[in-house]
Amino acid sequence: MLNKYLCEVVYSEKLAEDIVALTVVNKQLAEKAVAGQFLHIKCGHSRILRRPISICSIRASAIEIVFEIKGEGTRWLSRRKHGSFLDVLGPLGNGYDMPEGKAIVVGGGLGVPPMLFAADSARNDVAAILGFRSHDRVILHKEFEAVCEKVIVTTEDGSYGKKGTAIEPLRALLASGEYSCVMACGAPLMLRAVAQICKELGAPLQVSLEERMGCGVGACLVCACATKIDGEDEMSRVCMDGPVFSADVVNWDNI
Amino acid sequence: MIDLSLNFAGIKFKNPIVTASGTFGFGREYGQLYDLSKLGGICVKGLTLAPRLGNKPARIAEAPMGMLNSVGLQNPGADAFIRDELTFLRKFDTVIIANISGNTVEEYAQIAEKLSDAKVDMLEVNVSCPNVKAGGLQFGTTVQGVSSVTKAVREVSKVPVMVKLSPNVTDIAEIARAAEGEGADAISLINTLLAMRIDTLTRKPSLANNVGGLSGPAIFPVALRMVWQAASAVKIPVLGMGGVASGNDAVEMFLAGASLVGVGTACFDDPYAPLRIISAIEKYMTDQNITFLSDLIGRLELN
Repeated sequence: MLNKYLCEVVYSEKLAEDIVALTVVNKQLAEKAVAGQFLHIKCGHSRILRRPISICSIRASAIEIVFEIKGEGTRWLSRRKHGSFLDVLGPLGNGYDMPEGKAIVVGGGLGVPPMLFAADSARNDVAAILGFRSHDRVILHKEFEAVCEKVIVTTEDGSYGKKGTAIEPLRALLASGEYSCVMACGAPLMLRAVAQICKELGAPLQVSLEERMGCGVGACLVCACATKIDGEDEMSRVCMDGPVFSADVVNWDNI
Repeated sequence: MIDLSLNFAGIKFKNPIVTASGTFGFGREYGQLYDLSKLGGICVKGLTLAPRLGNKPARIAEAPMGMLNSVGLQNPGADAFIRDELTFLRKFDTVIIANISGNTVEEYAQIAEKLSDAKVDMLEVNVSCPNVKAGGLQFGTTVQGVSSVTKAVREVSKVPVMVKLSPNVTDIAEIARAAEGEGADAISLINTLLAMRIDTLTRKPSLANNVGGLSGPAIFPVALRMVWQAASAVKIPVLGMGGVASGNDAVEMFLAGASLVGVGTACFDDPYAPLRIISAIEKYMTDQNITFLSDLIGRLELN
């Protein structure tokens, strides 16, 4: 259910260059939110578009979000001090369906933070595969260690963890037969590769997609994502029909 | 005692605030936040005869105090609207205005007849969408185009017809008179201003459609000027919109000649904007000791 809340900023931390973690407090919001959902945050009076940011973790009333400073809006957000308040719409979107069996969560870059909440909310043991460009971009490794039975970190240049992408470890873990499903968030290219492997190996996959948003609640239709539902081409709303989609309905040719 | 109600083109509105087409879906989303019966009216998402998937993303870009969109009239089609959405909207005590578009004059007439028969309260004829190849702006930027569409819709519609005008014209007064001349019961303006942004890292336009429509507070002064010019040129009532974000903006629209005021992009910033604006108008009227909106509408005192 859509609602608007004021959230108090209680903590902020720089996790990497231009990547910021912000902890805000709101009891009602924290009680309602599930993994995969996002907050639509007003970023100052001079910007009319809110910024959609997925939830990284929840501890009691404290909600942590992690985002990259990409433009003026996120820069404004990164400068919020302890004690200031944020105007937040949320929790928005549908969230992950938590599976029965053991799951693998896959995160790439800024797709890593929402997977922490997913791993933490899973009913059974979870393996996490976290892919980054290089050592200086690695975030949340320890936090995943705390909630997962296994964590594999990869970097493209091999400066931290395994060299390569999240794709090879995913193939190996799925081949072990220990895991029954996958949840993933990351860049479209990575998600497409993940979808291909899951299809090949018959593992159900849920993906969280990103798109520039307007209203955030399903009314304006700007955050469109090409889908195929019951054989029909559709444009689904990332904010309302997603951001989590079954990989089966995503039209990967148009992502 | 303040009376916010008014008669607009033969339809009774409980208050002068209407949500603008394309920013409020079919009411279901914001209906989770507040009772839609509090609104004067709802202009639904633009409808076409057949369903449309709309343009490729990215469909939105930001601008200083504004935004660009290029949704491209994504909608489920008139039949699905009547079947799935109209019954829901009818539960609320508010005026339902169907916004319609077509590729040809004949299509405008067909969809107008269909929705008028389905008993929407009013039609808003969109001759001003900047985001579609055929129809839309092609009709809205010439006297002949506006005349032909207005005439065709007016002939078949049993409900009042309001024509939504584009700001992307040289002389808005002449376009407004063209709509009035063919029997439009009202006009609404402005639709979005054709606009562009470029990503300097990729050297590509920020929107997949290259260009889109600018809305939000950035366009309010332009909208106000055009509402004033159009309202001064015709006798039919005017729905003023374009960047309205506060009660003061709405009162400026009334003074410039608008009888109803549309609120659109402001909802993205603050979903409660329409209700906040209704309260602010009420407060202004109380403070100014004004009982009826008619004592504000068009009461601009020129220098």
